Amino acid sequence: MSIAPDHDTRVRPAATREEDYLWTLNFGPQHPATHTTLRLVLKLEGERVVDAMPEMGYLHSGFEKIGEHLTFNQYVTVTDRMNYISPMANNVAWHHAVETLLGIDLTPRCKVIRTIVAELARISDHLLCNGAVGLDTGAFTFFLYGFYQREVIYDIFETLCGARFTNSYTRVGGVSHDFTPLVIEKIRTFLRTFPKTLNDMERLLTRNRIFVDRTKGVGVLTKEEAINGGATGPVARASGVTRDLRKDEPYLAYADYDFQVCCAAAGDCYARYLVRMQEMRESLKILNQAIENIPAGEVNVGVDQRVGRPSKEQVYSTIEGTISHFELSMSNRTFEVPYEESYAAIEAPNGELGFYVVGDGDDTAYRARCRPPSVLHFSLFPQLIRGHTLSDVVAVLGSLNIIAAELDR
Amino acid sequence: MTPPSPTADIVPALMARFPGLETSAYRGQTRVVVGEPVSLEVLSFLAAAGFDLLVDVTCVDYLEYRGATRRYGLVYLLASTATADRLIVRVFVDDPHPAVRSVVGVWRSADWLEREVWDMFGIDFVGHPDLRRLMMPEQFTAHPLRKDYPLQGRGERHNFPVLTREDG
Repeated sequence: MSIAPDHDTRVRPAATREEDYLWTLNFGPQHPATHTTLRLVLKLEGERVVDAMPEMGYLHSGFEKIGEHLTFNQYVTVTDRMNYISPMANNVAWHHAVETLLGIDLTPRCKVIRTIVAELARISDHLLCNGAVGLDTGAFTFFLYGFYQREVIYDIFETLCGARFTNSYTRVGGVSHDFTPLVIEKIRTFLRTFPKTLNDMERLLTRNRIFVDRTKGVGVLTKEEAINGGATGPVARASGVTRDLRKDEPYLAYADYDFQVCCAAAGDCYARYLVRMQEMRESLKILNQAIENIPAGEVNVGVDQRVGRPSKEQVYSTIEGTISHFELSMSNRTFEVPYEESYAAIEAPNGELGFYVVGDGDDTAYRARCRPPSVLHFSLFPQLIRGHTLSDVVAVLGSLNIIAAELDR
Repeated sequence: MTPPSPTADIVPALMARFPGLETSAYRGQTRVVVGEPVSLEVLSFLAAAGFDLLVDVTCVDYLEYRGATRRYGLVYLLASTATADRLIVRVFVDDPHPAVRSVVGVWRSADWLEREVWDMFGIDFVGHPDLRRLMMPEQFTAHPLRKDYPLQGRGERHNFPVLTREDG
């Protein structure tokens, strides 16, 4: 952070203009409270923020351009790196969009498994986001409680697919690894132990006087502003928008589960914190219903549909498996992709995460547009921070959960 | 406020108001192709009719696409927060000066989304209050998501001006 006086105003006689009291503060791109590489140029009057100019692009890596050169299955590794706080949700979103374009209907088992990993990703995302808000407002213990539980979820993912962080778990028409009894046992253990930690976390922070004072009434987003500004997910729901794609356009197995959409009316940082806390409880409800009712049967779509890679047993012991594996490995013999385009989105932890995929006959997208929730949330930042103090910047920034990798792609 | 009509009703109403629009559907998603001169009127009409959420503005460069006659196809993804309906509006524009009227006045969310399309495709949004590049540096001259821009760039990563502490 560097402090630079506003040189332009120096030549004028002192105190004749209001701007004479203004100074500019460069916040980021490398700053502990931005958590990622994003930059804010703040115009301050004393400690009060008069205006903020967000800057982005420091982490731009051309993900959408790369999406036009990698196959549908390869590109999942890039989606891991978008919102790296919850890569599983990105994997699910990407292949949900591809399967919508191709018209693939998943097996019941795969739908439930994807729902489970997406909800685990939501819990781990909310733990980090709320933890970071706590950390930035001075509650370090809360953050550590959350981070420990994230480790437990990482362990589940490691047991499931070998990767802790960049899971690349989904495939067209299925997933890379089926659930094993050990994975189910680990998820059950997590579901048993996590509510106690969540209660402890709530007791630590929800009624903590310092935290409430730092977040209540700070960064208020009204319902109209939220809708007009394109906010989705917990940010919109904390402002009273009752939109949740899990209910509005039930995808995967969400239509089968009993859960509620968590909303608040206040629209401030505290409401966003509360919505995320409550959503973790709803995710637990979904997980409890899902983990005890995983349908039996194949996890990937059948070999006869020629979209999902067959298992190694099938490849080595059946002729259909061998042929299917061979065909799917040949660049000119893979799935039949229509000359069409479609959009499909999921309710990612951060908001609506969608992909607009254009197909042009081969198994590489002609265009793979990612609709990242963070971009629209970051564009709301100036109006949320105006009039608040410099110390509120971190609370507002944290409660919007802006992930620069998803922002810049 | 009366509840907005679902997509099934909005499309006939739109066709009556703006004759000559093409519609199509794929996987249950309704798409309306709008001519560039009336795009702002159509989008404002849809916003007033209940599509209060502009989910995304993006673009596809059809330079190498089979059978495509027009080069840039803008995509407006609309949704209604009250009825959870969706509608896709397409606007096609061409070189040498691809331009379309900005919808920032209708949805504030269009601000950065249009800046991104300008940055990546070079589509001019007429009436946008602050049409700057969103991701690429200001000195950057190309529009990288165009199909005639190579995947590995044109050497920008190697010939980047380095600003030293003395220069700065």
